[in-house]
This record gives sequence, C-alpha cells and structure tokens, in this order.
Amino acid sequence: MSATRTAPDYATAHIKLELLSDPIYLSGAREMVSAVSRRLGFDEVTCCQIALAVDEALANIICHGYNRRTDGKIWLYLWPGDGAPGSPTVRIVIEDEARQVDIEKIKSRDLKDVRPGGLGVHIIKEVMDEVVYEKRQKTGMRLTMAKSVCACDNNTGGHRDA
Amino acid sequence: MRDGAAIDVSQERVGSAAIVRVSGDVDMTGSPRLRDEIRTAQDARPERIVVDLSEVQYMDSSGLATLVEAMKNAKNKGSLLVLCSMHDKVRGIFEIARLDQYFTIVDSTDEALNA
Repeated sequence: MSATRTAPDYATAHIKLELLSDPIYLSGAREMVSAVSRRLGFDEVTCCQIALAVDEALANIICHGYNRRTDGKIWLYLWPGDGAPGSPTVRIVIEDEARQVDIEKIKSRDLKDVRPGGLGVHIIKEVMDEVVYEKRQKTGMRLTMAKSVCACDNNTGGHRDA
Repeated sequence: MRDGAAIDVSQERVGSAAIVRVSGDVDMTGSPRLRDEIRTAQDARPERIVVDLSEVQYMDSSGLATLVEAMKNAKNKGSLLVLCSMHDKVRGIFEIARLDQYFTIVDSTDEALNA
C-alpha cells in the first residue's frame, strides 16, 4: 500500500524516539512500543503484533536501507488514538535517512515459495490495519502504520481477522 | 566483541538426536547465533534435530528465516527437524507467515524425540 501524504505533525506526537541503526536497540524499541500499547488498552496478542511490526520495520531499515551500517538515524513517533473506551487505536510513524526505495518494490512475496527471508513486509501488512510507505521529501523513507481495535471485536481477542 | 544478542543456545546429544535449546529473543541480533548452532548440530549428522523453544518469548522474521534454512538443510541431508515447546506468542508469527504447516511442531521435547 502506498500513497503520497503530507508529513505528520511531529509536534503532536506523544512519543518521539531517535535511535541509531544498530540492531542492539531493536529490543528496547519493541519493548517500549509493546508496553505503551498495553497501557493504551490493547490486549496482549495485539501488543505483540504491534511490537513485531515495529521490529520488522526497523530491521528492514537497518538491513536494506542502511545496508547494516550502525550509525544511521531512525526516528519513531507514536500517537494514541482518541477512540472510545475499549477501542484503542495507535498510529506509529518511522522515518530514516537511508536510501530511498521504489515504493512499488516494497511488497510481500509469494508465501507458497517457502524460503528464508522476505517476510518482513508481509508480517507488517498482516498485523497492522494501515500501512503506508512513502519517500520523504529530501532523503529517506517514511512508514506510517496504524492499528485499532473496535470494542465489538474484543470478544474475539481484540484483533481483526487476518 | 559486542553483538547485542540477547540469546543463549546450547546443544545436547540424546541417542541419534541432537537437541538445540534456545533461550531469549530470536531477533536480528540472535538469529546468527541460532543459525551457527543448528549448522554445527547438522554437521554431526544426527537423525533428527529438536529445537526446543520453551525459553523463547519472542521471534521475528529473521528467526523464521533461520529455521526455514535449517529445515531445508535437514531435508537435503535426509534428517528430521522438529520444533517443540513453542509459546503461543511465537506460534503466532509462524501462523502469520503461513509456516505453521511447513514445520513439525510438537508440545514437548519427549514428543519431539518420538515424532
């Protein structure tokens, strides 16, 4: 999924995290996102899914964007939604200064072809409700992801059907 | 040398099988260690390799890739690879990637040794 949209209003983000493209920081980033998601009201399964999506996005930037360079900058912004009680929502934007990628080339592969690798984008799109990749104006990429749970879904574990 | 890996991997030989026990988060930092250990175990040509995931609370696509590669190597060598004692959170990612049917996944080490 791709679209052109204006840059988010960074000043309104509730969380702003800047990290280097070093894999040792992956666990801290995903644990923070998981803990915050839990406090926003997401159930355990959904918290894990949101953290997984963030982890996969960061790993893709490190591996493919920065070619495993560990001194690249990555920014993560998080906004909670203003959904009704029992219907938590979260929006996460991840940006980098890595090489820009053709949006059309960011896609899942055929899962019937079982082989190592290439699952990150599939996982992100599978677990999040909204996934938008775009090029930043000057350099790098921006990934916007959103997840919401309707109170009416909570009796099914709080996550949508795949 | 700092590698940031929050993972421990050990091996044990039980008869004609090798048990690879993993503990920690199998992410981009830990997967290379797991890959090396499984390869070492496979080089000894056991009839089966059991990967005990009971102490793994988190796995990402790099962990999946490592296990897919191990499974392909096992098939090439004519041996078995069995995953056991997987937490629901970890099983979830296998299901998302549609790999839960590709692997033999059982509940315990004993079951894995006899699967």
